[in-house]
Amino acid sequence: MLLNQFLFLAAVLFCIGVYGVLARRNAVLVLASIELMLNAVNINLVAFGAYSHNIAGQVFALFVITIAAAEVGVGLAIVVLIFRNRASIALDDADLMKG
Amino acid sequence: MVAQNVVFGILAAVMIISAWKVVTTKNVVLAVLYLVVVLAGAGAQYLLLAQEFIFVVQVIVYIGAIVVLFLFGTMLTRAPIGRDTDLDNDQRWLAALTALFLVGVLVAVLSDAYGDTHLKHLDIQRTADVANSMFGPYLIPFEVVSVLLLAALVGAIAIARRD
Repeated sequence: MLLNQFLFLAAVLFCIGVYGVLARRNAVLVLASIELMLNAVNINLVAFGAYSHNIAGQVFALFVITIAAAEVGVGLAIVVLIFRNRASIALDDADLMKG
Repeated sequence: MVAQNVVFGILAAVMIISAWKVVTTKNVVLAVLYLVVVLAGAGAQYLLLAQEFIFVVQVIVYIGAIVVLFLFGTMLTRAPIGRDTDLDNDQRWLAALTALFLVGVLVAVLSDAYGDTHLKHLDIQRTADVANSMFGPYLIPFEVVSVLLLAALVGAIAIARRD
């Protein structure tokens, strides 16, 4: 196996996540796209850890998973709050701070 | 190694198609379910790289907990179960251009840096090694992350509470 095949897969997943964050209106789907990006990063970390025979890759991927769980919890709480206040989770409706 | 490459190819194809479906499908619930496929594929890639503990954590935390949170969020915001035509904004082509540019840059840089670096004789990184590392050199980050998780949990409850 080449190291690059994992890195290319992670790059493609990351860019699909970037597309999702930029192109989606629905806030839940934007959070799902962020999860795609975090997973791509995890694949990179684990691949480099396996390549360099170093456990640190796996440990840092675990930290990233923990941060992702915290981020999704807070993010979805914010989304639910936005929905309760404005009856919509379309992100271009939440433009209170637009000049 | 040939078998591993074949498995990698199948997994990668399934993951990329499902990830594309996550960002393009017209159905919110379906998008979350496609996300499950991507997450399971990532877990299988970890297994392919002989890292077992992260695979188990991926299944428990991502597929078990985060996806359920997503489905809760979908249901709480009363997403239509069927198709919804209003999920994308009008900067789709600009976003696609950005993503294509980014993937081009990344692939060029990576193939320049790791052109034909082979993953030879993967050693199995056991759970005991992870534990020794996490409660040895990485003890302080581990504790910090646990406090962060607690703070995020309390914060999420405080934000979403109806009072």
